[in-house]
Amino acid sequence: MIKWKRICPLTDIPQRGSRVVSGPDHDDIAIFRSGDDQLFAVHDKCPHKGGPLSQGIVHGHQVTCPLHSWKIELTSGNAVAPDVGCTQPFAVRLEDGVVWLAI
Amino acid sequence: MDKMKLVLVGNGMAGVRTLEELLKIAPDMYDITVFGAEPHPNYNRILLSPVLAGEMTVQDIILNDHSWYADNGIRLHTGKRITQIDRRARKVVAEDGTEAEYDRLLLATGSTPFILPVPGADLPGVVAYRDIADTQAMIEASQSRMHAVVIGAGLLGLEAANGLILRGMQVHVIHLAEWIMERQLDRTAAGLLQKSLEAKGMQFHMGAQTAELVRGESGRVCAVRLKSGESIPADLVVMAAGIRPNASLAEQAGLYCNRGVVVNDTLQTYDPRIYAVGECANHRGTAYGLVAPLFEQAKVAANHLAMYGIGRYLGSVTSTKLKVTGIDVFSAGNFSGGEGCEDLILSDPGIGVYKRVVLKDDHIVGAVMIGDTADGPRMFQMIRDNQNVAEIRDHLLFGNSNLGDVGHKGENQAAKLPDSTEICGCNGVCKGTIVKTIKEKGLFTLEEVRKHTKASSSCGSCTGLVEQILASCVGGAYTPADSTTKPVCACTEHAHGEVRKAIREQHLTSMPAVMQTLGWKTPDGCATCRPALNYYLISTWPHEAQDDPQSRFVNERAHANIQKDGSYSVVPRMWGGLTTPAELRAIADAAEKYQVPTIKVTGGQRIDLLGVKKTDLPKIWADFADAGMVSGHAYGKSLRTVKTCVGAEHCRFGTQRSMEMGVKLEKMLFGMWSPHKVKLAVSGCPRNCAEAGIKDVGVIGVDSGYELYVAGNGGIKTEVAEFFCKVGSDEEVMEYSGAFLQLYREEGYYLERTVHFVHRVGLDYVKSKVVEDGANRKALFERLLFALQDYKDPWAERGVRDGEAGLRAAFENIPA
Ligand code: SRM
Ligand SMILES: Cc1cc2nc3c(=O)[nH]c(=O)nc-3n(C[C@H](O)[C@H](O)[C@H](O)COP(=O)(O)OP(=O)(O)OC[C@H]3O[C@@H](n4cnc5c(N)ncnc54)[C@H](O)[C@@H]3O)c2cc1C
Ligand code: SF4
Ligand code: FES
Repeated sequence: MIKWKRICPLTDIPQRGSRVVSGPDHDDIAIFRSGDDQLFAVHDKCPHKGGPLSQGIVHGHQVTCPLHSWKIELTSGNAVAPDVGCTQPFAVRLEDGVVWLAI
Repeated sequence: MDKMKLVLVGNGMAGVRTLEELLKIAPDMYDITVFGAEPHPNYNRILLSPVLAGEMTVQDIILNDHSWYADNGIRLHTGKRITQIDRRARKVVAEDGTEAEYDRLLLATGSTPFILPVPGADLPGVVAYRDIADTQAMIEASQSRMHAVVIGAGLLGLEAANGLILRGMQVHVIHLAEWIMERQLDRTAAGLLQKSLEAKGMQFHMGAQTAELVRGESGRVCAVRLKSGESIPADLVVMAAGIRPNASLAEQAGLYCNRGVVVNDTLQTYDPRIYAVGECANHRGTAYGLVAPLFEQAKVAANHLAMYGIGRYLGSVTSTKLKVTGIDVFSAGNFSGGEGCEDLILSDPGIGVYKRVVLKDDHIVGAVMIGDTADGPRMFQMIRDNQNVAEIRDHLLFGNSNLGDVGHKGENQAAKLPDSTEICGCNGVCKGTIVKTIKEKGLFTLEEVRKHTKASSSCGSCTGLVEQILASCVGGAYTPADSTTKPVCACTEHAHGEVRKAIREQHLTSMPAVMQTLGWKTPDGCATCRPALNYYLISTWPHEAQDDPQSRFVNERAHANIQKDGSYSVVPRMWGGLTTPAELRAIADAAEKYQVPTIKVTGGQRIDLLGVKKTDLPKIWADFADAGMVSGHAYGKSLRTVKTCVGAEHCRFGTQRSMEMGVKLEKMLFGMWSPHKVKLAVSGCPRNCAEAGIKDVGVIGVDSGYELYVAGNGGIKTEVAEFFCKVGSDEEVMEYSGAFLQLYREEGYYLERTVHFVHRVGLDYVKSKVVEDGANRKALFERLLFALQDYKDPWAERGVRDGEAGLRAAFENIPA
């Protein structure tokens, strides 16, 4: 069952940056905050060779993987063409300045 | 508001490319209608030759299929020739009466083949070579007939002749001039080419004038009679005697034409609502007949249609490559020389190699190559960059001095390599894959090939090979990007040089200011431009512009090198490669405490701890800081190492105290950010045990002082450093090398190593600024010292700045 979990205050995630949520029941999940203050969450695992997407440069609503520069759409987790692949997206929301994640 | 109406007449390569460029930047601005006289959607005309040769099919060369037009909401009328432009009513009318109104009209009607005005030119069996219909007519003829005559031994004629031979016909080529491809080749080159084409079975008649095409009994052409009286049997005659810009439609509409529709630098005709691009247009007196310049025009026209209005088309230098499999021909610029020109020639008829480079005032103005065209793209780039070659002219013809022109394995002549050859060693991409992708996806540029195949997208050492493969697939349609005008990335039209200039001259100190002033197309850039802008800002306005960590690659944010498994490597500085028992003990302790799996001595004379967990980074730094050790910046576009040899301190040959000199340099430059990484070395004598000859700055001690070398590189493509100057004292070593590096910091483009910077601007220029102009040298050196002033070790600094909570936020995960 999907459960909403309280993660952290928004201010703990830098603009154009990310935080990683880890736990025993799931792989690491990266939460991104874009330049226009929207939130996104995807598995912290690049569809190419598993690079940690959380460590990439965030631009627009995309992140560039730090290992071999694939670009990933943060909304869908899809790689930007011509690369092909997908990393699982998760629902996130902001409530009173606090970030919640659906796991 | 209703959308504006845009009508394109001519559904060919230039017109549709303009639409593609337009849709990229202003997808919703126009309601678009396209008229094409041919019954096909837009296809890659230059690949008609491989179709004729049986290497590809018509289906393979379609660039935009019907669904592309539909997906982009474009109304497409194929098989409809426009016969009238009514400029007053602002509409166009087709042969069959179909009409379309326009607010903007784009003419891209291409060329018409020139048909010799000789008796019999209209007989069945006589074709031109321009479109799919012509190609199909030739293929059909080849299936039932024997004798073909091609009139004209230019690029098109030879490609036609080659295709027909491969389809089993006997082919005679008639040419009016004294040698073949006389507009692209000099006599010697043409002679060599002719020989190799004759070996394929082509028979040539030079200086031959066609008198008549003779009608056979069936009513079809049966022979070509020459002025000399000679008669050559022919069931198929291909007219490839040249093309004329197709401007008749424009002319009828009263637009000013003169060997093409005359356009200005924004590709507008004398009626500003009407644009013209491609072979039908005449820009500053030239109507181009190759794809590369047409694509440049398309980009400018699209920008103007989208009302960006920044781009201007200033004309192109073109290059040619014959697309006959197995034969390498390259030609660019002015190859015939003339007043004030010098010729460099290498000729080896024995192996069929001929290279000629034409120089004027130490700049390359033209080049012709046969047999070995590996250096073609490089020459072309030097022409376009207007590079001064005084320093390298003695080995220009021997090639091999450019990044990747031969690949790692010394291979060249890409056209001849088998499909299974691995071209890109980093990504494991073979030649066959590259060729297939270029053709199927209709790629024209190196960037596109990198994107779609990954070849040449990592270390870049195979770039030259990939360029050659591209050139052999698309011929003259390939233009190497010239480094001075190439945009930083897809977010902007501006090149690195322009961005640097704007930041300096308009005193821009923040990224939003730069993006706004220069009209960035994306809200916050991308992973290519942001690191570059961040560097330009902090290097131009030290202590004033704010460093933006989110615009730095992860390594520079984490002050460590990310590994394939997401862990990090940590390299503490060992000044000049020197260390102490205490430092070694601290490293050993840290390695045990944080369970570092691998400890390695690096090629840069220090010790690397590999496989450190991200969460341990702040702790390991704190331990090193306690031991008095600082970050080695093994991760940064910054000062890396200063290698030294033992020198006069111990060595029996040493003339100077190289360890001491090296430590002084490294301490001086600690914390220096630069366009790319910077490495130095100091050797105590010319035996050069510190390998100073392949460093960005190399210092070699001699009895009377030091020799300085700059712009060496030991990486992807080994480049020997060039002698810079000789100095007498340690202080001078610091001042001269500091000033050189500051010039690089101020004028280099992001990710350009010193060797590429010096190649671009010329060593003479660098010397004039640093060696010859003492006042400027001192000013540069002072600016460097100012920028480095108060630099704090990032390992120690991070803890102080972020505090414990900040460090946790940056380096630790949140437990769910
Ligand atoms: C650790 C080290 C190899 C070793 O074990 O010896 C090393 C490791 C890496 N090198 Fe190197 N280079 C190392 C010495 C060199 C040297 C030799 C030297 O410095 O004397 C060279 C050739 C000299 C030169 O640069 O001119 C060298 C030429 C490169 C290049 C090619 C640069 C070029 O412009 O051609 C790259 C790729 C790049 O920077 O874009 C590179 C990139 C890398 C990276 C950073 C790749 C990356 O981006 O992740 C490697 C990090 C591995 C890792 O996972 O931590 N490394 N690398 C050496 C560290 C030296 C140090 O103490 O700082
Ligand atoms: C066999 C061959 C090989 C070539 N090889 C190379 C090469 O290796 N490298 C290179 O750079 N270039 C090469 N070229 C040249 C290159 O194809 C042209 O420069 C390029 O196609 C010109 O583009 P364009 O849009 O101006 O004209 P085109 O691509 O010719 O498009 C013009 C279109 O407009 C249509 N048209 C004309 N008048 C009307 C009208 N009144 N109404 C409606 N439609 C109309 C035509 O039917 C045509 O489809 C080659 C050309 C040929 C024929
Ligand atoms: S350390 Fe250098 S040479 Fe070795 S694999 Fe990494 S980048 Fe390549
Ligand atoms: S692992 Fe992300 S691009 Fe290779």
